[in-house]
Amino acid sequence: MSPFLKGMRHGIPIALGYLSVSFGFGILAAKHFSTAVATIISASNLTSAGQLAGLNIMAECAPSIASFLEMALTQLIINMRYGLMGISLSQKLDGTFNTPRRMLTSFGITDEIFAVASSQEGKITARYLYGMILIAFLGWTGGTFLGASAGEILPQSLTDAMGLALYGMFLAIIIPPARKSKGVLLVVITAAALSLVFKYLMPFITSGFAVILCAVAAAALGAFLCPVREEENA
Amino acid sequence: MSTGNIAIYILVMAGVTYLIRMLPFTLFRKEIQSQFFKSFLYYVPYAVLSAMTIPSIFYATGNPITAAAGTVTAVLLAYFRKPLIVVALAASAAAFVTDVALQYLG
Repeated sequence: MSPFLKGMRHGIPIALGYLSVSFGFGILAAKHFSTAVATIISASNLTSAGQLAGLNIMAECAPSIASFLEMALTQLIINMRYGLMGISLSQKLDGTFNTPRRMLTSFGITDEIFAVASSQEGKITARYLYGMILIAFLGWTGGTFLGASAGEILPQSLTDAMGLALYGMFLAIIIPPARKSKGVLLVVITAAALSLVFKYLMPFITSGFAVILCAVAAAALGAFLCPVREEENA
Repeated sequence: MSTGNIAIYILVMAGVTYLIRMLPFTLFRKEIQSQFFKSFLYYVPYAVLSAMTIPSIFYATGNPITAAAGTVTAVLLAYFRKPLIVVALAASAAAFVTDVALQYLG
């Protein structure tokens, strides 16, 4: 199978998960803005938490220099994890990744694409990422369009349940390696415990920033206590 | 809101998000030598996904009971290494079935 098709195949579960989540985003966005605006936001951002925060700012704040700055700062904090993921993923790229290819594929660094791509054995090619990003992009943007234009037709219990799909996929990514590796298990439990602390004991820390702190602390602890051997990291 | 202001908001949002993704990914070219940093980067995705899932998954459906039903289903299927899409859709299906059952019983 060509790398492009393999990337598309690996992207199908991501796209289906996105379809259900972005459907919900479309429903929310359509309360304030046109279907076209909702779809453009998804097509240009390709991220869930950042878009939701951005939508809230657009809906609540009268446009001004201050509100544009707030938008920039919010996106910076919520999406800072993508910078960390980009450095991590840069270690897995094969030799053909020149600057334009990096600039193009960086648009598609999301939690799920990053997780699936970095769980592949060996190096990854640009074509593999193009395939995965294309189908995930279609799922995310298409779901937003459908949600914004038709969301209110579906029963509430169905759209509510669809919100679980993405989290189910997260669990399917982290649990099998946690069975195999004590280090991954330690990191997963530490991150979850810290996340609970932030949510219930320090609610003044925004969710985007909490994810960064949890990830850095848990991954550092794992690297300190269970350093990864060369072959596992390949 | 005027179309112009909507466009500025979207440009700021998309521009900042793209630069955060593009700059480290494009500029970082060295092969990392440090064992600690390599291990750290290997663990980052698992830490991110775990922190994003717990406790948010229990709020994802708006009802903690249906969310818990979906979560247990997903954990079991993931434990037995079922494919991503199977786990994802089964979690949603379990939450939906539980919701319908609760309405029927209630």
